[in-house]
Amino acid sequence: MAETDRVIIVGAGHGGGAVAATLRQYGFKGTIMVIGTEPLAPYQRPPLSKAWLKGEADAASLALRPPAFYAKANIDLRLATTVTAIDTGAKTVATDTGDTFGYDWLILATGARARRLPIPGMELAGVLELRSAADADQLKAALGPGKRLAVVGGGYIGLEAAASATALGATVTVIERENRVLARVASVELSEAYQVAHRRRGVVIELSAQVAALEGVDGRITGVRLGDGRLIACDVALVGVGAVANIELAQAAGITCDLGITVDLAARTSDPSVFAIGDCTWRPLPHYGRDFRLESVPNALEQARQAAASICGRALAAPEVPWFWSDQFDLKLQIVGLNFGATHTVVRGDPATESFAVFHMTDDNHLRAVEAVNMADAFMAGRLLIAKDRKLAPAQICDMSVAMKDLTV
Amino acid sequence: MPHVTFIEHNGTAHTVEAVIGKSLMEAAVDNSVPGIDADCGGACACATCHVFVAPEWEAKTGTRNEAEVAMLNFAAEVKPNSRLSCQIEITAAHDGLVVHMPDGQH
Repeated sequence: MAETDRVIIVGAGHGGGAVAATLRQYGFKGTIMVIGTEPLAPYQRPPLSKAWLKGEADAASLALRPPAFYAKANIDLRLATTVTAIDTGAKTVATDTGDTFGYDWLILATGARARRLPIPGMELAGVLELRSAADADQLKAALGPGKRLAVVGGGYIGLEAAASATALGATVTVIERENRVLARVASVELSEAYQVAHRRRGVVIELSAQVAALEGVDGRITGVRLGDGRLIACDVALVGVGAVANIELAQAAGITCDLGITVDLAARTSDPSVFAIGDCTWRPLPHYGRDFRLESVPNALEQARQAAASICGRALAAPEVPWFWSDQFDLKLQIVGLNFGATHTVVRGDPATESFAVFHMTDDNHLRAVEAVNMADAFMAGRLLIAKDRKLAPAQICDMSVAMKDLTV
Repeated sequence: MPHVTFIEHNGTAHTVEAVIGKSLMEAAVDNSVPGIDADCGGACACATCHVFVAPEWEAKTGTRNEAEVAMLNFAAEVKPNSRLSCQIEITAAHDGLVVHMPDGQH
């Protein structure tokens, strides 16, 4: 790192904002430019489907840093600006504002975009997705007592929005293609508990339901037509069927990509001057011996620290075990690890009480993942045990008289 | 506005302005105090905003909630006066509050 080094960060989301701040915290003295397509300074996305939707958070509390931070930290924010091309040979980026900027280090924090469904009616007014603050504002404006929300896709964003909309007095139907919600991302035990919890609080859940079309009158949605012919009438539809990494810019620049931009444990891409962080990356998972794409704030922050440390010549921290959280109604879900290699599950607590945890184990009882609902100690214990690759006795996990803390010593 | 002081593990003190109604964690993050990571943004999900409340301030910062206790049980260097700073809401009574920080949050 030289004092004249120029860092350009492409993407002003959670990762982009965090890596800029972390570079300064690590003593980076050169110039930092953050270029983002959205008109807003970096903000937190997790509250968009929760506190923000319910009107419990304002724009200031959403912001990653107060507005004055960027000038004070000498970070050049270029908002409402999109990078259109990278020239890794000349080490420049071009923008849609007609500018070309040179870099010594480039950090790609381009994120992911909502997957689009190839069905008729996606263009109707009232068909929304939820990735940005602008999306959340549209959804919030459409919700309220008596409004009918159809959620296409029973993933985290859909279920969180369903919970928030219910709290706002809306009537919600979740339409899921698989035979359980959270099918791609959670265990059967967790899916079943969330189906029960949502239904108990008034959410209608349609499982194994194909969506044939979104139907409307005068260009505005009136309902979701299912494969079996039924119509779910609605005033607004939220489509949350997964996300696709924004890798096109990197691909066009000749940087190696898989399902995301391929990086190592220093967040470095195939070009030694280019890093990538967050949802857009295809990254190693050292605890699991494979590569994967993660969509989470903790992942973006870990990689922000990796990239900043690499640029500043600092030692890298030990790799974290991936973790996630989701707040729905009064259910606090914390997940640590991934169930790669797990062959059986052990449940601690009773799902009916809405305080329980699902432990995912290998054949020889090594812990791979913990899904904890209103059971923070199981989550925290899991974090330590997976990092240490510890073996556990299933009988001890089930025994509520054994404190989680005692399993970690 | 109340002033609060964060003292790093190496003894460096940071006195910052806190906003009434926001959390102690936000006072640190908004003022770029190093040593408070707050990865989850205040959802009580990550235990990376761990602080030690000076004994004379414990009464004014309230008691730990159930989830906070469970999280702190597993934090590094946990002590009886450990708190997650995202769970302390700033009031006018906190002017002069002093908290210390652990060696690291990860």
